Amino acid sequence: MTHGDPQEPLNNLGRRIEEARRAAGSAEGQREGQAQTPFAAAMAFAWRIGLELMVAIGVGTGAGWAIDRWLGTRPWGMIALFFLGTAAGMLNVWRAVTGQGMAVGYRQQQAARTAKDGRKDGD
Amino acid sequence: MAIEIKPLEQFTIERLIPLHIGGLDVSYTNSALLMTIAVAVVTALIVLSSRAARLVPGRWQSVAEMTYEFVADMVETNAGHGGMQYFSFIFTLFMFILLGNVLGLIPYSFTFTSHIIVTFALAVVVFIGVTIIGIARHGWHFLTLFAPSGVPKVLLLLLVPIELLSYCIRPFTLSIRLFANMLAGHTMLAIFAGFAASLPLFGILPLGVDVLIYFLELLVAVLQAYVFAILTCLYLHDALHLH
Repeated sequence: MTHGDPQEPLNNLGRRIEEARRAAGSAEGQREGQAQTPFAAAMAFAWRIGLELMVAIGVGTGAGWAIDRWLGTRPWGMIALFFLGTAAGMLNVWRAVTGQGMAVGYRQQQAARTAKDGRKDGD
Repeated sequence: MAIEIKPLEQFTIERLIPLHIGGLDVSYTNSALLMTIAVAVVTALIVLSSRAARLVPGRWQSVAEMTYEFVADMVETNAGHGGMQYFSFIFTLFMFILLGNVLGLIPYSFTFTSHIIVTFALAVVVFIGVTIIGIARHGWHFLTLFAPSGVPKVLLLLLVPIELLSYCIRPFTLSIRLFANMLAGHTMLAIFAGFAASLPLFGILPLGVDVLIYFLELLVAVLQAYVFAILTCLYLHDALHLH
């Protein structure tokens, strides 16, 4: 069996790639950390925060205006939904800034809290 | 010698093949042409590079594999368990937006993602799809997404509308972010190009700025396609797991 196992060269290749990666690993890891220019990433985040607040207020007020037009309750729907929209916008901004992503609801926090409590109980 | 600067002219929709069906204007426009090109390029990239797939990938196969792995990784980490089921949709979405943004940067072409109706349509598809997935998975239980547990009943009257509103603005933020980034970037490029054309000698300065902005725009084009796809993954995660 001069050729050996047909899988043999592949395993060999896989191992060589793995080794080469590990050798380059440290340098690459550092480069990857800086790959996303902080400026562009920060700009994108700032955009997102500003937009979140603006759009929430805009959509809330617009929905209020539409409801008023529909039900003839001017100006109460617009006033109420303006404040609700502002609240929703602030909520979304707070969620984005505290790193909860765009999740609606509070379960994640609760789950985290109960997990922490559970661990404390265990101790 | 006054050179007229029209930075917004680049966003004009032109009817290439006028077509009217039942009073509806369904003409084939320059926007539709660019979409066709984007779809054709993505399809060609994936089909041609995987036709002669080899164990040690060539250049094109390598590009296709890298995009696949990139999106697969994104779906895996952000949509969580069960998210891979929707991989093909997110991959299509990501590639379509990416190609739309990048093809728009070619001089004299057209950026279809700079029109809010295009991005809004994409975002609404995501929004409705994710909502349907959530309801199909959890039934009426899906609505508990809007009612935080352990809150006094009186506060629920206030909190549920706020949560509902913050859920409903998702398609708006998703679409406006992409559209505004593209519109602003391309307008800025055109304005600086206009300065370069109208200044006789020192036009070299705005031209240099334009080159720098162009590279920034290239980064923004990729980043915004990524942001759109990653937010879709996060919304999907919500619907699948109700956090």
